[in-house]
Amino acid sequence: MFKKILIANRGEIAVRVLRACHEMGIAAVVVYSDVDRAALHVRKADEAYPIGAAAAAESYLNIGKILDVAARSGADAIHPGYGFLSENAKFAQACDDAGVKFIGPTAAAMDAMGSKTRARQAMEKAGVPFVRGTSRGVESFAEAEQVAARIGYPVMLKAAAGGGGKGMRLVHAPEELKSALEAARSEAERSFGDSEVYIEKAIVNPRHIEMQVLADEHGNTVYLGERECSLQRRHQKVLEEAPSPIVDADMRSRMGEVAVRVGQAAAYSNAGTVEFLVDQQKNFYFLEMNTRLQVEHPVTELITGLDLVHLQIRIAAGEKLPFRQEDVCIRGHAIECRIYAEDPDNNYFPSPGKITLLLAPSGPGIRRDSGMYEGWNVPIDYDPLLAKLIGYGTDREQAIARLTRALSEYFVGGIKTNISLFRRILRDADFRAAKLDTGFLDRMLKRAEDQPSDSRAADVAAIAAGMFAALGSTAAAAGEGAIGGSSQVTAASESNWKNASRREALR
Amino acid sequence: MVYDVTIDGKNYRLDLNRVEGRWSCRLDGRDVEVDAVLARPDVLSLRIGNMAYEVKSERVANDLHLWVGSRRFAVEVRDPRSLRGRVRAGDEHGPKKIVAPMPGKVVRLLVREGAEVEPGAGVAVVEAMKMQNEIKSPKKGTIQKILVSEGAAVNAGDVLAIVE
Repeated sequence: MFKKILIANRGEIAVRVLRACHEMGIAAVVVYSDVDRAALHVRKADEAYPIGAAAAAESYLNIGKILDVAARSGADAIHPGYGFLSENAKFAQACDDAGVKFIGPTAAAMDAMGSKTRARQAMEKAGVPFVRGTSRGVESFAEAEQVAARIGYPVMLKAAAGGGGKGMRLVHAPEELKSALEAARSEAERSFGDSEVYIEKAIVNPRHIEMQVLADEHGNTVYLGERECSLQRRHQKVLEEAPSPIVDADMRSRMGEVAVRVGQAAAYSNAGTVEFLVDQQKNFYFLEMNTRLQVEHPVTELITGLDLVHLQIRIAAGEKLPFRQEDVCIRGHAIECRIYAEDPDNNYFPSPGKITLLLAPSGPGIRRDSGMYEGWNVPIDYDPLLAKLIGYGTDREQAIARLTRALSEYFVGGIKTNISLFRRILRDADFRAAKLDTGFLDRMLKRAEDQPSDSRAADVAAIAAGMFAALGSTAAAAGEGAIGGSSQVTAASESNWKNASRREALR
Repeated sequence: MVYDVTIDGKNYRLDLNRVEGRWSCRLDGRDVEVDAVLARPDVLSLRIGNMAYEVKSERVANDLHLWVGSRRFAVEVRDPRSLRGRVRAGDEHGPKKIVAPMPGKVVRLLVREGAEVEPGAGVAVVEAMKMQNEIKSPKKGTIQKILVSEGAAVNAGDVLAIVE
């Protein structure tokens, strides 16, 4: 087993991996950029190395600097987390060349999956179901026109190197094709440095369901059940759950077997995720394979009882999978909310800044993977994911109830977060009825929110406002809107202090 | 102590006094039985009668927010005896500042000084946390002044431009 692992990431995932290292008795080395000195992953690490400026290219994406830290610290493996270098085949290869184990698939397996068009060619050979379309990029507008006419509108244009919705265009009719193709190409070129665009039949209101796979380096591959990831905004996942409310045991084993075939066709090892689009008749189509640990891996961990990061590390250390497919069983239901630093009242603009107050939920069935703490300044330079709140229950209803309760306990002050969005989703009638598809969130957000006016709560707020001022609490006292002479405040806090000690004495 | 409290545009007169460790409270002339414990800075445990509430307080940019349960109230507190109380101009007429809603970098200016804009027209693009966000004009008018240049770093609340 490894003695020391370097974590080439930041935020909640760096903390997540660090915890697994400590649980396994492995020392954790972290790297940090100039704006992350005070970040939680640095506070919790055994060793921490600065690697440069805030811009990711100067730090978390800089292969040379990270391998230099691996050498200096004597780390024998690198966990890339998700994002940053996690799906970079060059990095995996560079680790290999430097004699440090990359915790993930081989560079060759990543390469096979990195391009959507190349992955498609390999998978078609393995008999994996696809949405009708081209498996190569279209060369010209004329070819695009021809293909679209053959498969029928609506069609979807997608960047071969794409992800996160960049370089994607939905085309309803032939007259929209030309401008959509140009826009998709230039966006793909700008985002990925590769303008290759391919065409697929568009599935209207699909579900997005993905299958977790795990493969050791001895040829054993298993699937660990699916995750329903249909709740997305701007093609970014917002809430995920496992199992999917529409997948039964039969569909699960069919999807799982396809996912295993996908992994084996690419000689895949370690943790990976095979994404599918599912149409309204529950037909599923291969979308892509993510060659890393997913943000939403905790929901799978909760319903399988497995620790995916422990398993990733053990697989990378050369161990065989410690169980077989028939040993995997799914129990209960888990839902994850991605807590982002963004402002729901202002079109979900990012909202970095200082966290002045943090009240975190706990209690039965609640897991919180967080990279933030009170007093920390959320930097503007990175993805706005602060934490993940995951609810687990015997069934979906209980998971929702526990998550709703936990969200009511969760408070992040000083910056804006999307916590209120989850309260709204969880009480939505369609969500509760599990009527989910990728258009769900956009439709829900278009409807006005029914906020019952509550004059009693306003009265409470009015009284509290005066109390905060009288007691000299920080947020209320700071800034020009507040009042209260300093002598009054001192007097009030002093008598408060006396009161408290009087109460203590009475215990 | 007398406080004038404004919550979502509604005014309250609050009279709070503490005698022998007990609060007496009058809200708009009504007596209210209140007991309060500051559990920690910015967190108040309030009993009104026998109803219990936890109220959280935060300041975002220049606004004071109080949260009662999951409901947020924008609050202003003034001491009527103090001259420091302020009145906010909710005036739709006259020049209007277009401010950065979050810290970030101005990546693009979409208008020039003197340009005519419609409400909702993009004025600047500010990038933060790998997202580009278009900052829009709140009203129809002329861009009187642009106070930032492309590439500039801005803080939340910084004025980007003025539209009249």
